[in-house]
This record gives sequence, structure tokens and C-alpha cells, in this order.
Amino acid sequence: MTTLRKAVVVGGNRIPFARANGAYAMTSNQDMLTAALDGLVARYGLQDERIGEVAAGAVLKHSRDFNLTREAVLGSALSPETPAYDVQQACATGLETVLGLCDKIKLGRIDSGVAGGVDSASDAPIVVSEGLRHALLELARAKTAQQKLKALSKIRPRDVAPVAPGTNEPRTGLSMGEHQALTTAQWNISREAQDELALSSHRNLAEAYERGFFDDLMTPYRGLTRDANMRPDTSMEKLGSLKTVFGRQLGDEATMTAGNSTPLTDGASTVLLASEEWAESRDLPILAEVVDGEAAAVDFVHGKDGLLMAPVFAVPRLLGRLGLTFEDIDYFEIHEAFAATVLCHLAAWEDEEFCRERLGLDGAFGKVDRAKLNVNGSSLAAGHPFAATGGRIVAVLAKQLHERGSVGGRPARGLISVCAAGGLGVAAVLEAR
Amino acid sequence: MADKYTSLVSRGWGRDVAKRLGLPQPVELRRYRPGEAILSGPALLIGSGPAAEAIASALSSWGIEARREGAADAAAPRAADDGARSPKLGAIVLVLDGIERPEDLSAPLLAAGRALRSLAPSGRVITLSRRASTQDEPSLGAARQGVEGALRSLARELRAGATGNGILLAEDVPVDAPSVLGALRFLLSGRSAFVDGQFLTVGTSAGGLPADPDRPLEGKVAVVTGAARNIGAAIAKTLARDGAKVIAVDIPAAGESLAQVANDVRGTALQLDITRRDAGERILEHALGRHGRLDVVVHNAGITRDKLLANMDAAKWDSVIDVNIAAQLRINEALLASEHFGDRAHIVSVSSTSGIAGNRGQTNYAASKAGVIGMVRSTAARLAARGGTANAVAPGFIETEMTARMPFATREVARRLNSLQQGGRPQDVAEAIAFLASDGASGISGNVLRVCGQNWMGQ
Repeated sequence: MTTLRKAVVVGGNRIPFARANGAYAMTSNQDMLTAALDGLVARYGLQDERIGEVAAGAVLKHSRDFNLTREAVLGSALSPETPAYDVQQACATGLETVLGLCDKIKLGRIDSGVAGGVDSASDAPIVVSEGLRHALLELARAKTAQQKLKALSKIRPRDVAPVAPGTNEPRTGLSMGEHQALTTAQWNISREAQDELALSSHRNLAEAYERGFFDDLMTPYRGLTRDANMRPDTSMEKLGSLKTVFGRQLGDEATMTAGNSTPLTDGASTVLLASEEWAESRDLPILAEVVDGEAAAVDFVHGKDGLLMAPVFAVPRLLGRLGLTFEDIDYFEIHEAFAATVLCHLAAWEDEEFCRERLGLDGAFGKVDRAKLNVNGSSLAAGHPFAATGGRIVAVLAKQLHERGSVGGRPARGLISVCAAGGLGVAAVLEAR
Repeated sequence: MADKYTSLVSRGWGRDVAKRLGLPQPVELRRYRPGEAILSGPALLIGSGPAAEAIASALSSWGIEARREGAADAAAPRAADDGARSPKLGAIVLVLDGIERPEDLSAPLLAAGRALRSLAPSGRVITLSRRASTQDEPSLGAARQGVEGALRSLARELRAGATGNGILLAEDVPVDAPSVLGALRFLLSGRSAFVDGQFLTVGTSAGGLPADPDRPLEGKVAVVTGAARNIGAAIAKTLARDGAKVIAVDIPAAGESLAQVANDVRGTALQLDITRRDAGERILEHALGRHGRLDVVVHNAGITRDKLLANMDAAKWDSVIDVNIAAQLRINEALLASEHFGDRAHIVSVSSTSGIAGNRGQTNYAASKAGVIGMVRSTAARLAARGGTANAVAPGFIETEMTARMPFATREVARRLNSLQQGGRPQDVAEAIAFLASDGASGISGNVLRVCGQNWMGQ
């Protein structure tokens, strides 16, 4: 086997995440992605630099944004000769852009790359109804006045109402929250455990801000200097007072609230990736190495597994390939789509029966040390602009690993897992440099 | 862009009315643009002897026609005989290094006086003389100190954007020392547009003139604090224009405009609260790690928390002291502790005329800005051994977002309270800093250069 060269994280930049219809209500995906790119360029002095490739994407995307990333590059201070492409893999988009570019770097196809993602739940596309769309297309095809009139006559009053974007699963019609509510109940995750996870997410994120951790990971945007969703002063009492919003058919058994679920969020993130030689030749820092990644998917349509349970499969496959166990991991970055998602993953990995039957292991995969989990906060506190979350996590983990340095004579190691719509999940392992 | 009043009285009926009523008549100042001639016309050189010869040859090497006082066409344009108007004088340079008694001032000053009417708009009057010291014979000290009084008064007589400034030489500094010529070139050029009635003291013969006078900071790495907007952004742009690689520093909350500035100047952005205890180390780490060196540090970041002292609280007082002076002291300490800073390093700190003349409601601010002056004087002595300099620039009324928020009448009055009868621009402060950050100013240290259009307050 050919020895591949290494792909490393130089650093990252994101804009603070805003709650939907907040600070970035009038801001487009392209604006936010351009701002995140420009902050990265400023931090690392990349003006006029021809980067090997920029890959980014958005989950909620206007049809006019068919070349979103390239357009953002053209609007940025990077060289206009920098190629770019869009990726779309639901909430795993950001992490997948990192892994895809790292593979290209490892293969020697490119020396540098910027991975990223952006999403606006505020500036979401609104489409016309199917009835109106078909009528308008027929109108466009019509040649005679009679044909045109006929096409127009097919429009019904109900067709005129626009269709707001939905994030419901196309095959089940259920929202992500309702899907998770089923899995939450299946794994018996308590309201209290979810609120505790949410609380520590807010506290960890606030602490990271306090110690200046984000000073070189973030560039303020449109008056926002910190994530708008963060509530440093929240408490178990406050979280406990919130009404449940998902799984209402469960009645008193419902546990998921606005406090332990991520809100709709706007934001963008970027990560600068490179070969070691490229980073060194430009006197740029090297924070971490992107070791490997793995994608998985589950059959949630037939109810075999919960919609957001794919990382439960991706992680053991990835660690197995690398010959690692949870004991070898110093930081766990498990994306908090919902507090219950994380807790379901942890429960599944601790469940002997599940691990034997569904993962094909000899017994339970392992227990995640909660002190190593999302130590700088995660999506519950920061918010979750779908495609931007992967970049946020990779940059935060890379910096955390770099600060830690080594553990017991080996580089500090971190695991990322991100669940996504469509029953998808992507995991990655990073090591400190 | 000129302020509205300046535009109004610069042409047409507005100019006539202002003239008749004796109202201030500010003009748009001549400002530096790379590649342009230093002066718009010839320079009249007053003085004789080897020093004057040295200056004459420097002027001609810069492409300036140097007319000698006493020559037939010297103080020109009396509608010359051939009918063609000879160009107005770009500058009058008085070489006074040889004066020994107050009486010696008579001839050169009166000669300058005769030529004043021929001085072009935005012209320059510049004196070169020896710095008075307590070691001087009393008559010598009187003569030397006399130059300062004469020049400052002369500067107040000048109109149409013309300025008067002086260069003071320490006893053993030759008149053609690099920093004397560097200062002369700076004061003649449009870089010193808003510097008026000021003296630069050249203490040593250190330094060297740049290979390319339009790129005096080529190859240098410069840190600018408070670089996200206003004067700081202008400093970053000016240092970059002069050839420096700029590290733009500002608080994390100002990161959005900081990134824009960094991208505009092709530098790097460092989001850093300078009051952090490790700010100096972080600056050094960024500069050395990313750019391999650090040559220039411009302490520009500053805040105001104005209150009459009777109403001042500890939070307002302490925050101003911490940002405006204590942080600079800590950063300088870290820089001086590093072996990588000092070989021809330049520290330039932004003070304020409030720190010199005082300002009602600004006891905290004035304490910090006067503190800056004390700091650069002491730091200058420490850096001298390592070939570095520390200087301060004290801006007067500068047109910024901050002054734009002043009440109309207050702003209008504040603008006119100087010899140039207008506010300066952030660019003007930046030019002075860029000069003091260059090796052409290596012989100038511990100075406080006011950029105030010769404000009525203070020196």
C-alpha cells in the first residue's frame, strides 16, 4: 500500500451563530459564507492565495445558489482562480467537506483546501405549489393564445399559496424532532438527563468564551460577537420549566423541549486544511491531523433504527479500522442535534445486546467519559446552522487537541460524530499536532 | 474630502465673503501621494557654510531646485522681466546651526520674512538648528531657544495650508545625518500636511535613508493595535503602503472590521484584547511565528470614558488607564524581554494633545496620554542600546467617526482652533507614525510629535 501524506488542520473561522430571524435575518447564505471565508483569509494572511479547492454547502438552498461556494470565493479576498464546489449531505455536509478535501490532500491532488458550510433558516427558499409550478411550466411551453389560456385556467386558488421549506423526512412525513422523540422513548432517556446535557453545553461554551478560546476561531458579524443562542445563566430549574415540544403523542412521557433541542439557526463556518509542507512553507500553524473518517446510514424508514442513529454504526467501524477503543479517545465531539440524540448514542454503545446484535460486536462497545464530552460546548448552546456545524466542530476540536498536546506519550486524540437527516451519520478521528 | 465650511470658503462668493469678514479661510491641504514630487516649487535656502551646502545638495538629489538666498531670482515672483511668472516657492529652509547670539537671528529671519509672500499654498518653512542645552553659554542658549519662539510664531502667520516646523540637532549630530535628512524630507513633503509649529529632535546619527523613498518600510513587520477603524485603520493602510507587512490587532468584538482592514492591507488579523496579561507574548508569537520578525509596534488602541473628576468612578478611571497606558507598558516589557525585538525596532505610541494641554472632563484620559509621553521617553533610553527608538505622536482635532458625533457648534469651533483652521485626517496621524517607524527616523527617539495643525493649546 502506498503511504499517503498527511492532511492537517491549520485553523478555522466562523461567524457567531444567530437564532433564526435574529441578527442575520436579512442575510443570505452567500453573504455569510463569504464573511466566514474573509475572516479566515484575514487570520491566516491568505489574500490573493490560490487555494487548492474550497468545498462548502448549505442544506436549505435556493436554486439560484447552484454554485454557492464558488460565488462566495469570488466575493472573498482569495484569488479568483481558486476552484470551488458545493457539497450537500444534510447536517453532515460540513464534516464531509473536511473529509473529502483531506482525502484529496492525502492523495496529493491538492496542497490546501478550505472546507465549510453555511445555513440560513431565516432566508430560506420558499417555493410555489406543485399545481402552480406545473401550470406555469405548461404556460411556458404553450405557443398559441388558446393553449396559454388553457394552461392558466388550470391554476386553482389553493395553488397560489407558497410552500414554506420543510425539514420533514420525505419518506415518513415526520419532523426530525418527532423521529428523535420515538428513539428517545425507545432508549428510555429521561428529561432530566437531557436537561443536564443541555446545561453543560451552555456552561462549557460560556467558559470557552470566557477564557478567550474563540478569539482565533471566530470573526464577529453584523453586530453579533457571540452565539446568540448561548444562555450562560441557564439552570436545571429554568430548563425544567419548559414545555415539551416533540413527542406530544407520548403525553406525560414526552421529554424533549426547546431547551434540550437545537433551535433553527443561521451561520457559517470554515476550516483551513493543508498538507504539512504547504502549512510549513507559509509559516502557518498546524493544529491537528485529520486521521480518518467514516459514513454510515440506517434504515429508519422501516423503523429498524432511529433516524439519527447512524453515528452509532459509523463510530465503531471507524475506530475498529484504526484499532482504537473509547479508551484511546481524549475528546468526544458528538453533535447535539438534540440532547437525547447524544444520550441515545451513548446508551446504544453501552448496551451489550444492541452492540452484539446490531453492531456485530462481542459485547458493549464502550462508555464515553462524560468529562471528555463536548468540553467546549456544542450545538445545544451554540446553535446548529445545519451545514455549518461540521466546520465548527472540526476547528474547535483541532484547537483543543493542539492545546492539550500529548496524552501519555501519544498525541491527544479526538472523535467527531455528526448525525444527519435521511438516516445519515459521519464520524472522524483527529490527532493533536 | 474637505469639511463643508472649507469647501464653502475655498471658491466663489464664499471666498469673497470670508475674506471681507475676516473669517477663517482654511484650504485643502497638500497630502502625500506615492510617486509625486516632494514640493510644488523650488526651495529657498537661507544660510551659508558647509551645513547649508549639505542641505542644498540633499535638496537637489531629491529633485528640488534649491535657490540660495541673496541670488538675483531668489525670493521671486516679482513678475519676472521676461513676463513669465516664476513658480511660487515650495519651501523656505533656514539653516541656523551656526548661530551663536540672539542677534544672529536677525538676518536669516528677516530674509525669510521677505520671501513669505512668495510661498506657495501648502508651502513649508523649516528651520534647522542646534538644540539648546543647559551646557550652552547663556547667549548661545538664548539664540538656540530663540529659534523655537520665532518659528512657532512664524507658523501662526502662515496661511493657505502652509506650515512651519523645525529640526533640532543634538550637539554632535552632523547636518547630513540620516535622520536630519529623513526629518527634512518628511517635513517638506505632503506627509506632514497637518504637522505645524513643531520641532523634531535628532539625537544621534543612527539610521539610514531608504533605497526607495516611496517604500521606506519595505521588508518590515509592523503591529498596529486598535486597527479595526478610524486612525488605527489609516495607520495600517499607511504602513502597508510604505512597504510593511501589517499585523492588525483589535479586540475580538471588533473582528469584522479588523478582518476587512487586514484583507485590504494584505496583512494578518490578530483578535486580541491588549489588556490581557499575555498580550505582549501573543503579539510576539504571532509576529515571529507567522512573519518571522517584528520591527515596528504602533500602540494606537485607546478608549475614552469622560467624566468631570467630581463625578468619576473607579471603573471609568481604571479602564482608561488599563487600555491606554498600562497595557502598552506590559506589552513593551514583553517586547524588550525578547531577543527578537530591538535591532532597529521602532515603537510609536499615540498620545493626545489632551495629555499635553489637559482637557476638561478628561482627567483619566489625559493621565493616560501624558503617561504615554513619559513612557516613550524612558523606553527610548532602554531601546537606544539596542538601536531602537520609542516616540509618541499626539493628534489634535482629527476628523473621525468619534468627532463626527460631536455637537455641530462644538465641532465647528474645535476644528478652527489651530493655525490651519481645520481638522486633520486619520491619514495625517498615520503619516507621522509611518515616518517615526522608519529607519530614516532612527536618530529620533523619545520625541513627542504633535499632529494638530498647531493647535492653540499647549506647545
